[in-house]
Amino acid sequence: MVEVVDTLKREATGKAAGNVGAPQEPEEKTSLYQARRKIYPQSISGAYRHLKSMLAIVFMGIYFILPWIRWDRGPGAPDQAVLVDLAHRRFYFFFIEIWPQEFYYIAGLLILAGIGLFVATSMVGRAWCGYACWQTVWTDMFMWVERKIEGDRNAQMKLDKTPWNAQKIIKRGLKHAVWLFIAFWTALTFILYFGNAPDVVKWFFTGQAPSVAYWTVAIMGGITYMFAGIMREQVCIYMCPWPRIQGAMVDEDTLIVTYHDWRGEPRGSMRDRKKHPEIEFGDCIDCGKCVHVCPTGIDIRDGQQLACITCALCIDACNSVMEKIGKPRGLIAYASVKAYDDMASGKMKQADFGWRNFIRPRTIVYLTVWMLIAAGLVLHLATRDRLQINVIHDRNPMFVRLSTGEIRNAYTVRVLNMQLEPRQFRIRMEGLPEGKMRILGLDKPPAREFTFDVKGNKARALRVFVMVPGSKVSGRQEFGFAIEALDKDGKPTETATNKAVFEAPARR
Amino acid sequence: MAERERDEVTGTETTGHEWDGIRELDTPLPRWWLWTFYATIVWGVGYMLAYPSLPLINTNYKGFLGTTNRMQLHQELKEVNTARAEKLQQLENLSLQDIRQNDELFQFANRMGAAAFKVNCVQCHQAGGQGAYGYPNLADDDWIWGGTLEDIHYSITHGIRYNPDTNEETRTSEMPAFGKDQILEPAQIDAVVEYVLKLSGQEHDAKKAEAGQTVYMEDAGCNGCHGDKGEGIKDVGGPRLNDQIWLFGGTREEIRAQIFNPKHGVMPAWKGKLDKATIKALTIYVHSLGGGVGS
Repeated sequence: MVEVVDTLKREATGKAAGNVGAPQEPEEKTSLYQARRKIYPQSISGAYRHLKSMLAIVFMGIYFILPWIRWDRGPGAPDQAVLVDLAHRRFYFFFIEIWPQEFYYIAGLLILAGIGLFVATSMVGRAWCGYACWQTVWTDMFMWVERKIEGDRNAQMKLDKTPWNAQKIIKRGLKHAVWLFIAFWTALTFILYFGNAPDVVKWFFTGQAPSVAYWTVAIMGGITYMFAGIMREQVCIYMCPWPRIQGAMVDEDTLIVTYHDWRGEPRGSMRDRKKHPEIEFGDCIDCGKCVHVCPTGIDIRDGQQLACITCALCIDACNSVMEKIGKPRGLIAYASVKAYDDMASGKMKQADFGWRNFIRPRTIVYLTVWMLIAAGLVLHLATRDRLQINVIHDRNPMFVRLSTGEIRNAYTVRVLNMQLEPRQFRIRMEGLPEGKMRILGLDKPPAREFTFDVKGNKARALRVFVMVPGSKVSGRQEFGFAIEALDKDGKPTETATNKAVFEAPARR
Repeated sequence: MAERERDEVTGTETTGHEWDGIRELDTPLPRWWLWTFYATIVWGVGYMLAYPSLPLINTNYKGFLGTTNRMQLHQELKEVNTARAEKLQQLENLSLQDIRQNDELFQFANRMGAAAFKVNCVQCHQAGGQGAYGYPNLADDDWIWGGTLEDIHYSITHGIRYNPDTNEETRTSEMPAFGKDQILEPAQIDAVVEYVLKLSGQEHDAKKAEAGQTVYMEDAGCNGCHGDKGEGIKDVGGPRLNDQIWLFGGTREEIRAQIFNPKHGVMPAWKGKLDKATIKALTIYVHSLGGGVGS
């Protein structure tokens, strides 16, 4: 009996189309290179398909609509809600504006994303691959277009085999035209994040956009068309590092798409079951539906594998079949290796696997760390300075002796007004009681404090000369510059200080 | 020779290598990857033909595009100049005062001047304009020929003592060699040295200085160029003596040497070597070093 089951098994796996590294006859000479086996995923409806579609609509909605959302920032400032203004080195995100020196926020986001990888893997495994990755979302959209034009799996396979005729040319042409349009619009949307969207679109279609815009659209569009239309699962299997990275992070608690072979095996079709009444078959009727719907063309019944993006369409497929033949759902289901073992050994019932399995010390630690960093970032962002000052002391010459015998040092003081409206500032000397300042371009007599204006969202570099009578200084002395932002009544609202040194010849 | 065998679980051949029971799968590469690899080879060959690549015996293969890094540099410089054309035009046409009032243009001129300064001026005036012995400090407030924008512009344009025989516009002054040419007696020189020390507030012999004042005001006529109080006369290039800044040193010996046989510096005229816009930019930059005075 075991022998018969083995034979059946081998036949079943051999039939599985598109299985990566599927067993081949030992006598056959293997090529070092493998031709791609085209995959025709069948459409399927079900809970996970629904979730996947909803998420795809949300993600694509965000991507395509976001650059068109306006956000009033007052006169002179861009009114695009999300804008990467490379020319002026600013990044706008709704009410947040980031300067290049505040790039650590982006670094913080990257750290969050890195730890988010641990959080996600420990909780939901490769959910990113199955639901959120642009490769998945766009490929899904391209497949949807393909099915609308060419029909479902069987129709597509048939169309592939028919010789070229008018109908085939129309269908194929239409499909590629729609694909190219989507790819073009995707790429065009990408460049809208880098300039004022209405202007960029107008410039783009009137030939006034910079050449880099056209190149970006051509390359991005070409890649979108290639990856989502033609390469598809090849990108996931061969090009993407994600399956390797996350594959190495999978542990016995990671949520994966699991075929419960303890209840499915030995599998047998209805015909097998009639032919071998002596065998006690499992729940799997070997209909192959799980293989047909798989967008990467694998057989999940071979177990967890690199090419599985955990999109769960095979779960939908198998559930629909189980319902038809009156067997309990969940022959293929989300489960961890540990849960699978517990179920296989009867320690746990399949229905008991639920949200409680996500609460583990590991997930709690990851989530806590993640949330602490996120909270820190938000807190820092909420209380960040909108005034910065940099002081650069002239080092060549370090000091100049003036005709009156005064010693003069020169500084470049950069004042950054990081608010969008223009503000008045006051610069004041702290320390060096004998010293006085003169500011180039202000044309005012030397004093210890000055007021000046800085335009909104701009930096202003002041040349500041500090003079001290030669008899009062010797060697190096420390002092400070204080900058105060003033409101309309001349009251300070924000202060920044910076240390500076005053150099003078050492008196012998 | 290792033996290739088939892995039971995946059905893939192994490379036949084995380390402590671990064998390596020889998973086949996708065919499109192979074609991509071939395409990069073709691209590489094309690239080699298009660009200068192969060394030959006397020269090198030039590539059918005929392009070089140097040509690209020239092209880029040309583009930069085209982009700057408007500002350069403004620099050329506007007055120095107007340039200084226009903040954007002022910043532009300042940076352009700083760059030109590093190429043409630092050899004598040093990187920060602080000068050296015999080379005036441009960052202080003592100007032999005047420190207004216009004065500085004139000095840069026409130079100082630069071919005075043929160049009428250059600034020229010459202090007689009072000692070497025996215009003054040694005792008179001693006296006037003490007087100059007194003018600049240094230690001096009061008695000699009194005699020196007569020499200064009458016998030698120093006041004709240096002013009655040693304040200097910019129109004739007479340096100020009553301050603490000395081009050729302010000690007793150095002052005496300068009276006995004066040294004179020379600065080239930059007209003709630099264009008008660059000279104006240099003027703005030098003026902003810290010593520039209002007109």
